[in-house]
Amino acid sequence: MHNIISIKLPVGETLHIQRTRIERQDKEEQKKRLCLVTGIHGDEFEGQYIVYELNRRLCKDLQDLHGTVDIYPSANPLGMESNTRGIPGYDLDMNRSFPGNPEGDLVERVAASLIQDIMGANLCIDLHASNIFIREIPQARLSTDFADFVMEYAKVANVDFIWVSESKTVLEATLVHSLNSLSVPAFAIELGVGMRITREYGNRIVEGILRIMKKLGMWSGPVKELTMPLISSDHAVYMVHAQTAGIFLPMTENSKELGEGDKIGEIIDPFEGKKKQEIFAPCDGMIFSVREYPVVYQGSLLARILAM
Amino acid sequence: MYKELIFSLDTPYRGEMNIYGYRFGHGERAACIIGPTRGNEIQQLYICSQLVRILSLLERNGDIHANKELFVIPSANHFSTNIERRFWELDNTDINRMFPGDSSGETTQQIADGIFKRVKGYNYGIQFASFHTPGAFIPHVRMMKTGRQSESLANLFGLPYVLTRKPDPFDTVTLNYNWQLSGTNAFSVYAGMVEQLNENAAMQAVSSVLRFLTRMGILKYNCHSGYISTVIEENALFSIRSDCSGIYRRLKNPGDEVHFGDVLAQVIDPYEGEILSEILSPSDGILFFAHIKSLVKENGVIYQMIRRLHE
Repeated sequence: MHNIISIKLPVGETLHIQRTRIERQDKEEQKKRLCLVTGIHGDEFEGQYIVYELNRRLCKDLQDLHGTVDIYPSANPLGMESNTRGIPGYDLDMNRSFPGNPEGDLVERVAASLIQDIMGANLCIDLHASNIFIREIPQARLSTDFADFVMEYAKVANVDFIWVSESKTVLEATLVHSLNSLSVPAFAIELGVGMRITREYGNRIVEGILRIMKKLGMWSGPVKELTMPLISSDHAVYMVHAQTAGIFLPMTENSKELGEGDKIGEIIDPFEGKKKQEIFAPCDGMIFSVREYPVVYQGSLLARILAM
Repeated sequence: MYKELIFSLDTPYRGEMNIYGYRFGHGERAACIIGPTRGNEIQQLYICSQLVRILSLLERNGDIHANKELFVIPSANHFSTNIERRFWELDNTDINRMFPGDSSGETTQQIADGIFKRVKGYNYGIQFASFHTPGAFIPHVRMMKTGRQSESLANLFGLPYVLTRKPDPFDTVTLNYNWQLSGTNAFSVYAGMVEQLNENAAMQAVSSVLRFLTRMGILKYNCHSGYISTVIEENALFSIRSDCSGIYRRLKNPGDEVHFGDVLAQVIDPYEGEILSEILSPSDGILFFAHIKSLVKENGVIYQMIRRLHE
């Protein structure tokens, strides 16, 4: 374990951002390096299982590893241990703080130290869960600006779906965007839901990362057959929002193929014992996000559907 | 005065969240004033409530000029105010990062859309806002350099300072930026505190708005002429940082003139009570911003200074 930065907190504690390095002792020449970052959002834990399981498997078959895997299990330890999405005390989303500033405050310094430590890697994958509101199928998130740069890796990540979207100016301060801008290929994988761990999804991503390592020439061990992902640029994405307030009851599951008009769920009123809204699929397609948090207002996202 | 419902949102348990505006006068859309979009902006809420009170009196006395309409939204996010949250109570999103809004988007995008549809088209837009870093400022007018800003207009508020800055990427989704793009002369007024009331700073802010509206030919209101503002660029502010973490003892206030070597703050060992560090002024100048929390982290900004400026 290596501290990439340590910052004293006001009372009797030091914040450490840590890295675990996995490599063989008999160091090979021209070795490649893969970085895995997780825990930027303190309410996302899906990445914890992924880096644990990958670490375990790499250490078990270390002879098949050719290169260095750097794991940063918690980019936001204060948030992860206090049930806080952002960095406690700052009201800031850490994933809007990159590339950071080594001379800045705590958030800026942590962000800068991560970037500095990752620089020179052949690839970085930023592992995210969804937030506590929406459950997601395993998916890779790419911006149009850098899609060509990383698509070959995203395609073998064993995700169901690759979502390529326009890079909004407000997202230019993400870790992935900052790394790509600095010529380090990077993309984000998002899966599951906030505050929970979905082992089935996690195991799939572990297989995907091994396949990516094989592609990079970093892994000579066995790899499994992959799920071939759908790519959003080939299909339209429909957002389904609540039209009324109430309690949302989902009536479908992620990854399910729906026909136009199939029921997705309903919004109920517990006071009146009435259904306030029934929600139907606006198109034929595959549902890839479903609301998990039951309270909804008008406008709350209920589902996303990839038109087929 | 006419109280107007501009946006309504139903909720499962808390009833309707209604956003109201107060309209004064009739005719040309002269000026719009908007208060908190964040739930913890209590000073800003207080200022807007005082403006509503005074504008109501002025209207009754016939002191709003003919063919001029004023509109004030005292609060755009009281559901968060009532539970002491800064951002939107359900999903922690920031309404002031959702402009110009989207009528078919997420809840806070719909709120922003409802507000923006009602407030665009005014000649002048004034927002009472707070900065993302908690602390206290000298009261000032803040403007983004979109190419459409006017420092000379900002000067007419008569506050001691006008601060200009280049927009960051996140600014493109703020009310101020979108107001400017839609043709409104937009200003953000920073009134000292955020969560605590500071009566003097609040009334200074109220007077500055009434002064500005009078100078723009919208109101008749006799008040002190205020300051000829000093215009500064945000980049010119010098950040003074704490060199260690601990209990923070602030020795100076925003607006204080300090000299090279003055002790500005002390950091105290939280267990043993000894002074760990004294932060000294790096030059002569005026303190523009002050960290006001009781704890400080190493390298945190504790003051921002306008260097080599005197009272």
